[in-house]
Amino acid sequence: MLRKGLAIAVLGLALAGGPALAAGSQKEPRTVAWSFNGPFGKFDRAQLQRGYKVYREVCSACHAMSLMSFRNLGQKGGPFFDPKYPNPNDNPYVKTIAKDYEVSDIDGETGDVVKRPATAADRFPSPFPNEAAARASNGGALPPDFSTLSKSREGGPDYIYSLLTGYVTPPAGLQVPTGQHYNPYMPGDVSAYWKGKGHAPVGGMIAMAAPLAPEKVTFDDGTKSTVDQQARDVSAFLAWASEPKMEERKAFGVGAMVYLLILAGLLYVSYRRIWRNVAH
Amino acid sequence: MSGHSNYVPKTGIERWLDARMPIVRLAYDSVVDFPTPKNLNYWYTFGGILALCLGIQLATGIVLAMHYVPHVDHAFASIERIMRDVNYGWLVRYMHANGASMFFIAVYAHMFRGLYYGSYKAPRELLWILGCVIYLLMMATAFMGYVLPWGQMSFHGAVVITNLFGALPVVGESITTWLWGGFAVDNPTLNRFFSLHYLLPFMIAGVVVLHIWALHVVGNNNPTGVEVKSKADTVPFHPYYTVKDGFAIAVFLLMFAAFVFFNPNALGDPVNYVPANPLVTPAHIVPEWYFLPFYAILRAVPDKLMGVLMMFGAIAVLFVLPWLDRSRVKSLRYRPTTRMYFFIFVVACLVLGYCGGKLPDEHVIPGLSTFTLFDADLNSMVWLSRFAAAYYFAYFLVILPWMGLTETPLPQPESISEPVLSHSAATPAGAAASPEKRG
Repeated sequence: MLRKGLAIAVLGLALAGGPALAAGSQKEPRTVAWSFNGPFGKFDRAQLQRGYKVYREVCSACHAMSLMSFRNLGQKGGPFFDPKYPNPNDNPYVKTIAKDYEVSDIDGETGDVVKRPATAADRFPSPFPNEAAARASNGGALPPDFSTLSKSREGGPDYIYSLLTGYVTPPAGLQVPTGQHYNPYMPGDVSAYWKGKGHAPVGGMIAMAAPLAPEKVTFDDGTKSTVDQQARDVSAFLAWASEPKMEERKAFGVGAMVYLLILAGLLYVSYRRIWRNVAH
Repeated sequence: MSGHSNYVPKTGIERWLDARMPIVRLAYDSVVDFPTPKNLNYWYTFGGILALCLGIQLATGIVLAMHYVPHVDHAFASIERIMRDVNYGWLVRYMHANGASMFFIAVYAHMFRGLYYGSYKAPRELLWILGCVIYLLMMATAFMGYVLPWGQMSFHGAVVITNLFGALPVVGESITTWLWGGFAVDNPTLNRFFSLHYLLPFMIAGVVVLHIWALHVVGNNNPTGVEVKSKADTVPFHPYYTVKDGFAIAVFLLMFAAFVFFNPNALGDPVNYVPANPLVTPAHIVPEWYFLPFYAILRAVPDKLMGVLMMFGAIAVLFVLPWLDRSRVKSLRYRPTTRMYFFIFVVACLVLGYCGGKLPDEHVIPGLSTFTLFDADLNSMVWLSRFAAAYYFAYFLVILPWMGLTETPLPQPESISEPVLSHSAATPAGAAASPEKRG
């Protein structure tokens, strides 16, 4: 019994490793019942499409998504996947989205730098040419790239959703510097700005002002465009962008688990049969 | 165990081969006919599980190396490309990343089993030491592998660990420069880590061969710690232990698959999905979970050099363990006092792991300030790790030598078969013997 406990404890230590490190001073993110939670979870296609629209019309003004190509939007598991177009480069919806952007290229004849409409194979163009330009336009802060944002933050989409909807009036006694904004879900330490009594509030300063507002994005499917809805949808979209193969992975995983369970069962029966006459 | 062989070549090809290079005989003697104590429990299945882990890491690693770009400007994006655009790249990469954790879960179970049943004692000292060499190589390989994605934790972890060597007097600085291939962790560091990360697993495989060779000379230890006395104590490895190991492997793979498919990033630090930036240091630099106990020992010592020496000492002490434990009784089943100290030792290791993941000045009991002892509050992670680290070393350097001299062990069975046969369930009448001889 003690030995079994040891094995469980070792595993428990492994599992505790992650959350144990999250001992920051920010508020715990609010938990959202995402459609893609759990071993059978799938992305909500309509939600991903709305989320993409929020990204495109609001976030992409400052945040790059340099690892994403337009074709990713039309691939299996993506927001605009259409079974009629197994090759996402042929997906007319994706082609139309790409065409709206201009990208730099080299003219093959003359060698001149030219602009041409983007194709499905092109990466999302970045809003700034380089890091210095991005910082210069954002009060010295660098808007993080969104390609892996969701999996690079403790709490993932829950955290992004909580941050976006978590902007509050700073508590009295907190002197927020110009160009900064207080958010209780932002990791950090605001004690340097705290002039009130007692402990400084949890949370941190963030250079980004509350980016969302009611009706800021018009959803094509008629969904009411509240800040909460926009935050949910764009968080789901970013979760997909971080793990575009999640649906394939989970579907494969269910098959693998069933296979391994049957294999383990058969091996156990064989084990009992082979060992039945050995006193041990 | 060695020398005697029951192999009889049956076909013409086998006879031809056996006269020239008896490779089939070697395989037969090693994994088919190998006499194995019949009382091995599930703790003894981790050897087979570890062999599988090494195989998985090698196979997935070779495929990953076909797509990975060892360059500071491309490494991060190439890993993401593997997961997004390479066919089943997500599967290969997540198996490799989680496989490292699974490898360490299995190796820790394997080592604690060896400690509990006294598998390091004569005549298995060399077997144990070869195992320690494998463990050391595993740690080096895992550390360098973690650097390759060139995320924030990869980079800053590499900075912290390579700087440790700088604490050594006289040669420290030269060693660090040599490790870096320059004057900071940069592209040459990444390149050589990639090269070594590819090399070391094959060295591990080589030492594994020696480990198995040494095992097959002296034979398995077993939960009673009593050596095999007669043929009645053993069963052939195949089919008895191939099927038992096979079942354990299937169960282990279920846990492995649960991580790979449903929670692939649970064991890693999310910050490593932020590309490395030398100018921005993460809030908490922590190693992967399997290094946390050693990280806690390192930070428990205020002096950097002493901390480094203690950390390496925690591993070095394992190498001399066969000569620290003076008791003639192998299994802790028959050493009740030492067994109690052993379980405290296991708890101390877990506590060290827990402390390694926390900030040193964090309170153990939240909100309770006691009094400052030397440099930190007594109710802090750093003091908890000091107590646990002290116990870790005391277990090897004081308790085991002392217990060997003073403890009166319980009576041991005459042979492996004795405690088994003394159970009421004797072999049923008409039982078919030797199923391995059939089909």
